[in-house]
Amino acid sequence: MEIQQRYWNQYQKEIADDHYFYERSCIRQTFFPGSETAFLNILRNELGKDICDNPHQHTCTGIGYHSDVVPFETTMTIVARLFSLMTECGYENYVPSCVTSFGVFNEVVSKWNEDPELEARARQYLWEATKREFDKPKNLVHPSDVIYKFRFDLKPRMRYQLVNRYTGKPLRVVEHIGCHYAKIFPETGIGKAEFPYVLAGMIEAWGGEVVDYPERRHCCGFGFRQYLVRENRGYSVANTRKKFMSMEPYEPDFIVANCPGCAMFMDKWQYTIAEMENKTFDKEGYGIPVLTYEELTGLLLGYDPWKLGLQLHQVQSERLMDKIGIVYNPSEKYKGISGKILPMPERPECLKV
Amino acid sequence: MKVAIIGAGPAGIEAASLLAQQGVNVTLFEQEASPLKNLTDKAFLFPDFAEAEQLVLALTQKLRNPMIQVETSTPIVDLQEDSRQWILTTQQGKRHIFDRVLVATGYTPFDAHRKEELGYGIYKGIHTSLEMEQMLKTKHIVNTVGDIPRRITFLQCVGSRDEKTGNHYCSKICCVTAVKQAIEAKKLLPQTEVSVFYMDLRMWGQGFEEMYRHAQEEYHIQFVRGRISEASSTFDGRVQIKAEDTLMGLPLKMTTDLLILMVGMEASQGTRTLAKACGQCGDYGFFKTVDPQLGDNLTSLPHLYAAGTCKRPMSINDTLNDARSAAWRLMED
Repeated sequence: MEIQQRYWNQYQKEIADDHYFYERSCIRQTFFPGSETAFLNILRNELGKDICDNPHQHTCTGIGYHSDVVPFETTMTIVARLFSLMTECGYENYVPSCVTSFGVFNEVVSKWNEDPELEARARQYLWEATKREFDKPKNLVHPSDVIYKFRFDLKPRMRYQLVNRYTGKPLRVVEHIGCHYAKIFPETGIGKAEFPYVLAGMIEAWGGEVVDYPERRHCCGFGFRQYLVRENRGYSVANTRKKFMSMEPYEPDFIVANCPGCAMFMDKWQYTIAEMENKTFDKEGYGIPVLTYEELTGLLLGYDPWKLGLQLHQVQSERLMDKIGIVYNPSEKYKGISGKILPMPERPECLKV
Repeated sequence: MKVAIIGAGPAGIEAASLLAQQGVNVTLFEQEASPLKNLTDKAFLFPDFAEAEQLVLALTQKLRNPMIQVETSTPIVDLQEDSRQWILTTQQGKRHIFDRVLVATGYTPFDAHRKEELGYGIYKGIHTSLEMEQMLKTKHIVNTVGDIPRRITFLQCVGSRDEKTGNHYCSKICCVTAVKQAIEAKKLLPQTEVSVFYMDLRMWGQGFEEMYRHAQEEYHIQFVRGRISEASSTFDGRVQIKAEDTLMGLPLKMTTDLLILMVGMEASQGTRTLAKACGQCGDYGFFKTVDPQLGDNLTSLPHLYAAGTCKRPMSINDTLNDARSAAWRLMED
């Protein structure tokens, strides 16, 4: 394991210390409604950092771009507008919440750096459409990079560690990195493409043990061309199944991901696979909980799991929280912001909740 | 005439021996504590499976000529021409003056860690061809739990013909070395399944093609055309590999006990340093010579010559021939 760690963490990248411009994801607030707010709270309240959450932001076009609906010229103009918001607010460090967006921004900036005429065209399009101008970010990182950077600063503030309180052993954690985090531009990821360390670094710092299973680098099943067309979704489920079959013998306690699609598909497809094959990937039939890195950080810091939105996951997290020793109130699980208790979701028969 | 040869590998020793036989005083500088480091790592040589040790002994014997002075543990870090003489500077800062210099600083094996997707140094059961050579030499080939391996897989072109590592060239010796090692492994472990993943097998030398045929017909070694894209460890400590069988046109996933990476040749640090010092940098850090036909041992500078794998990947027999050729050119000038 010592040798592995040496290789996993040897590639590091520059991550700004403070003053970030945050860009929210199109889809994360639907799937993981507490994650982005948790990230802002962690940065502002736990770490005392300055982060701008501009209300005028919009899509990066990532999903449309990768499904060939949106042409590159449109994408780069949209990216230029987002950068103009950052410039207007006086920031230089761009932090997009979504891994797809992170990949899009890196691709656009890389193309501009290689072809200045393309950048000039983007500036012209933006000016003609909006009369706006922009500076390119000095530092472009993913929020998981920021949490990674401050993982040891957060540790003393944490109420819980990734340790099984019944056995005293480290929890076994599967980490999954979004493909567009480092597979397009390896140097943009901590640990690069083959041995990404961004989530592994958090897990190790917070007391857990990383599960290294054969299909660790395999796609989660979110690949755009696999799921956008309904007829292709069998490929998506097959990918997810392949990963779960590979990790199953290691008996992981939970999965953590840094990409909206990965966390969503690895969570939801567990129900689909259970329906299709009557197969779950933990011994007791509950499935393996999937957390975003913000949910994980928030949980360990003692944030209310229901405010983090864990009740909206397919695979429920109570058994994991019990293992860690997290205190939570089961009666508030379905309590809305207004205080009203919301209707309970239907309970599937094939996957215990 | 005072001649310096930098590098006491097969090329350096062979050239020194030939020059000494002609009555030339030769000083042979070697950065390692003893000569022939790359050769002593080998067990058997292709294509005749001759013991490498015998060649080491024969070459070492040649150093006994009183006209040859060997300076081991003496890296040369600078090489400058001054008034048609050459000034060599050792790492210790000592300067030596010679009339002619032959560079034979050789190669270094490709560092397999750089192909990180292949998991070398991270997972057990993944070895380089040099480590395999040692296993064959000691006749100790075991899997990660100390048992006889059920399957051994060789992968060609690790660090050669590879855009990602920046080495576009073929290392020339790996194809035949893999066939040789596969046969040796099969001789030691007849029950073990042996496969070789290749891009295309370049059996260019005398007897090589026959050896390849022999490997298939007599030893039932499987040759799969395809490159391995990823290696990882399985739950029971074996190695899972993913590849594409490009003849079948299908992706392939299989589990093996040992994955042997056939590492290519790169210019050694000594080659790079000296090529830079005297302005003779060729492609990929190798030493540049004036032309590949009639001036392959000559450099653009007077009385500076190059031989062997400091110029490009070569087999041992080619290296020895090249060294003899360089020695003759040096005496002719």
